Amino acid sequence: MTATLVELETITADKIVDARGAACPGPLLEAKKGMGTVAVGSVIEIWSTDPVTKTDIGAWSGKVGHELLGVVAADGYDRVFVRRGK
Amino acid sequence: MSDSLSVVLFSGTTDKLHAAATVAAGAAAMGRPVNVLLQYWALDAFRADHIDGDHGLAFEASAPGSTQPVRGTAAIPWLETFRMAKELGDVTIQACSGSLETLGFDAARLDPLVDGPCGIASFLMAAEGGQILFI
Repeated sequence: MTATLVELETITADKIVDARGAACPGPLLEAKKGMGTVAVGSVIEIWSTDPVTKTDIGAWSGKVGHELLGVVAADGYDRVFVRRGK
Repeated sequence: MSDSLSVVLFSGTTDKLHAAATVAAGAAAMGRPVNVLLQYWALDAFRADHIDGDHGLAFEASAPGSTQPVRGTAAIPWLETFRMAKELGDVTIQACSGSLETLGFDAARLDPLVDGPCGIASFLMAAEGGQILFI
C-alpha cells in the first residue's frame, strides 16, 4: 500500500465502485469493470462489505499492473483505493 | 509457460457450476485466458431451455443435516458469474464433442454462452503450459 491514511482521506477518486452487499468474486469483477472506464493514472475507490476484498484487490492489482494505494475502514465497509497503472 | 487456466467442467449441479464460475471469473479478472470444457452433466446445465433452472446440489452436499445455502439454490449466481467472466476477460466455453456424442446431445440446444463444440486435442493444446482443473 503506497499511500498513508492521511493521504487517502484527501483523495477524491475519479470513480466509486459501490460493491457493498456483493460477495466474492463480485467486488473484484466490479472493480475490473470500473477500472476499464477511467483513464490510466486515475484513482478508483471500491466499497465492499466483504472483508476479503481488500486482499483480493491487492493481489489483482499486483498481477495486472495497478497500484493499491490503501484501504480506509468506513462504517461497516472498506474503501479500497487503486490507481490505474495501465 | 502460459498463464492460462483451463477447467474441465464435468459437473452439472449449481454448487459445482458456481465453483467453476468463480474460478473462471477470478482468473479472467486477473487477465488470464480461461478455457472451459463442458463434459457430461455440465452440458445439460448449459442447455438453452434449462440454463435458468434449478440444478440442485451435489448428492453428498445435500445429505440430511449438512449446511445448505441460506437463500436457497436459486440464489446462487453461477450463470451471472460466467456471463461477467466472459464480458471482462478472455473466456472460452466449449462443449466436449465426445460428451455430446455419448449423451446424444445436439450442440444446437446449448445456450449461446457456449462458444461451440471442440475436441480434446484442441482443448489440451489451448491448456498447454497453463493450469488445468477438473470440477
